Amino acid sequence: MSLKQEMPEQKPEERIGNFDEVALGYTEQQAVIEAGRCLECKNPQCVAGCPVNIDIPGFVSRIKNKDFDRAIGILKESNALPAICGRVCPQEEQCEKFCILGKKGQPLAIGRLERFCADYERDAGVKSPEKPKSSGKNVAVIGAGPAGLTAAAELAKAGHGVTIYEALHEPGGVLTYGIPEFRLPKDIVRQEVDYIRNLGVDIKVDYVIGRIKTLDELRDEFDAVFVGTGAGLPRFMRIEGENLNGVYSANEFLTRVNLMKAYRFPDYDTPIKCGNKVVVVGAGNVAMDAARSALRLGAEEVTVVYRRSEAEMSARIEEVEHAKEEGVVFNLLTNPVRILEGENKTVTGVECVNMELGEPDESGRRRPIPIEGSEHVIDADIIIVAIGTSPNPVIFAGSEELETTSKGTIVVDEDAMSSLAGLCAGGDVVTGAATVISAMGAGKQAVATINRYIENRS
Amino acid sequence: MFYNILQTRNLVPDVNLMKVEAPDIAKAAKAGQFVILRIDESGERIPLTIADFDVDEGSITVIYQVMGKTTKQLTTLKTGETLQDFVGPLGTPSDIRKLGTVVMVGGGVGVAPVYPQARAYREAGNHVISIIGARNEEMLILEDEMAEVSDELYVATDDGSKGHHGFVTDIVKDILDSDQQVDRIVIIGPPIMMKVGAGVTASYGVETLVNLNPIMIDGTGMCGGCRVSVGGETKFACVDGPEFDAADVDFDLMMSRLSFYRPQEKEALESYNKKCGDDCKCH
Repeated sequence: MSLKQEMPEQKPEERIGNFDEVALGYTEQQAVIEAGRCLECKNPQCVAGCPVNIDIPGFVSRIKNKDFDRAIGILKESNALPAICGRVCPQEEQCEKFCILGKKGQPLAIGRLERFCADYERDAGVKSPEKPKSSGKNVAVIGAGPAGLTAAAELAKAGHGVTIYEALHEPGGVLTYGIPEFRLPKDIVRQEVDYIRNLGVDIKVDYVIGRIKTLDELRDEFDAVFVGTGAGLPRFMRIEGENLNGVYSANEFLTRVNLMKAYRFPDYDTPIKCGNKVVVVGAGNVAMDAARSALRLGAEEVTVVYRRSEAEMSARIEEVEHAKEEGVVFNLLTNPVRILEGENKTVTGVECVNMELGEPDESGRRRPIPIEGSEHVIDADIIIVAIGTSPNPVIFAGSEELETTSKGTIVVDEDAMSSLAGLCAGGDVVTGAATVISAMGAGKQAVATINRYIENRS
Repeated sequence: MFYNILQTRNLVPDVNLMKVEAPDIAKAAKAGQFVILRIDESGERIPLTIADFDVDEGSITVIYQVMGKTTKQLTTLKTGETLQDFVGPLGTPSDIRKLGTVVMVGGGVGVAPVYPQARAYREAGNHVISIIGARNEEMLILEDEMAEVSDELYVATDDGSKGHHGFVTDIVKDILDSDQQVDRIVIIGPPIMMKVGAGVTASYGVETLVNLNPIMIDGTGMCGGCRVSVGGETKFACVDGPEFDAADVDFDLMMSRLSFYRPQEKEALESYNKKCGDDCKCH
């Protein structure tokens, strides 16, 4: 079986000195060769693996024929954010997982081909989309992250007037504050956001729903509301020393770096302290992003501490490989129990215990159990806690009758409708922290419901 | 987004007032809430307590002390110029209701957030005793405004140039030692003043509230940078506060967290001064 085309990348020793994108993208020649590997299955499984149901064989065959304009056109019919998805989707768990080529060799590099098309369009100049006929209806979208942007694009395509309310000063949600420049350049996010603006969507930044207006007020003002506010509330470990100077949530660390551009301090005003020895707790994509950002900020030693083993790490394999290449150390089966305090309430290290894996727990993964007497100290001047996030409850203030779960997520039916009529929700605020593309899929699904709701009422 | 600056005014040395056009925020604002502003594209986000809001005019007033680069740059902005970002109202509004007699204590620039709360307590039907203080008479702010919304007003200065020679907390103690019934005390000012104040009132068993202003980025609960230890539990000042029961706050931890970026703050200010100097021409 043939192998997929290698992704050109910045060399590890070079890239840890900059925040430029690591993966450089296929050349035109590589893209055409890679597209040529597609078996053009009569019954393509890949499409079913895509949360937004992109016509994958359709766009791939256009690349093979060098009709890149049509290829990007097909992508955009199903996905408003192809440059982003092509970079950050876990394709190995989705479309590529179902590719027949993968049964005997390497699956088709669908994500890289998607990225190629989006980058091609960017270089060629993005065409402004045609504005559809107005429906005369207006929909509010809360949160300008992956779910909200996708929902807004779909709603605009249906002819509705769309206003997005975003709490931060830049749209993009996690794409802007969370995922670093070296994995997803902010110019790309801005370009995709501009495309959505060009569909006629009005984005109001600096607008915190739950504080400046309630969900109920928006329900009165608009014909329908979509909530896509994600999971923005950082979880902490609840161990001794967690509020010491030098302990960051991954959210704070990454927001300082990405949204506030602290890596360019003092040209940008927001500072960050990176320290020499950094410990990152957790092993998801966010943990990898934090660890690799710390290296780029000049940390001498970055250690990822995780209580389970490599097999249970939730980060994409590609991200873990990148982190290893760059010199991030992995201390697996290790769990922090106490953060150690030095002068002026500043961190000096973290006491950990070694763990072993027992019987599977409710998540289906083997439960980590502490090994008695294995306490040891890892020196650190910065600790970054990346053990997950929950939905931010601010949004619900003043709308307490909206049904939520004990985990703070919004309860919705199979059509994404919440307990309040005309209010749909999707993405991490419904599922808890998940992926960009699943949030986009949820946004898209919710719009179908909103369209039906609006039609039934008029 | 851009937000028009409607008015700027120097109150006392290094303390300025700025009124910003923000009609939606003004409509929603309540005493005890704050805003976060960012001057320009490369700016940092800083939280400032709402010192006043005017629904008819559609304006929010903030009062700030010149401390570092951002506040220094703010002083260069004039009426008619703009801020890039102005977000609010943030934080949980103060718990204001009719209690009886409420003592409002403000120190330095902390008098600014005390003012709308004192007004709201009075409107709720309380007897409001206010105590405001500063280093000296020249640094005292909002004396007339506070007099208007208070049933009794006391002044303290560190050097005795006006009112009581000493600290605002001395007057608090005198009131608590007298026959005066006090149902609540609200103290807002520099962290050390709030800590000392909390210590003074603790033995009297009178409920004492403080407003905390730690380092924040988003102000919506997303970064956790503003976490404070209250009654042994971790709270986010931006959403759980900024108002907390003084007896439960770990002030030492809060003060050390406030000092974490001191070297960077100094560097930013020096770099700004080098670029702009005191006779800045670029604004």
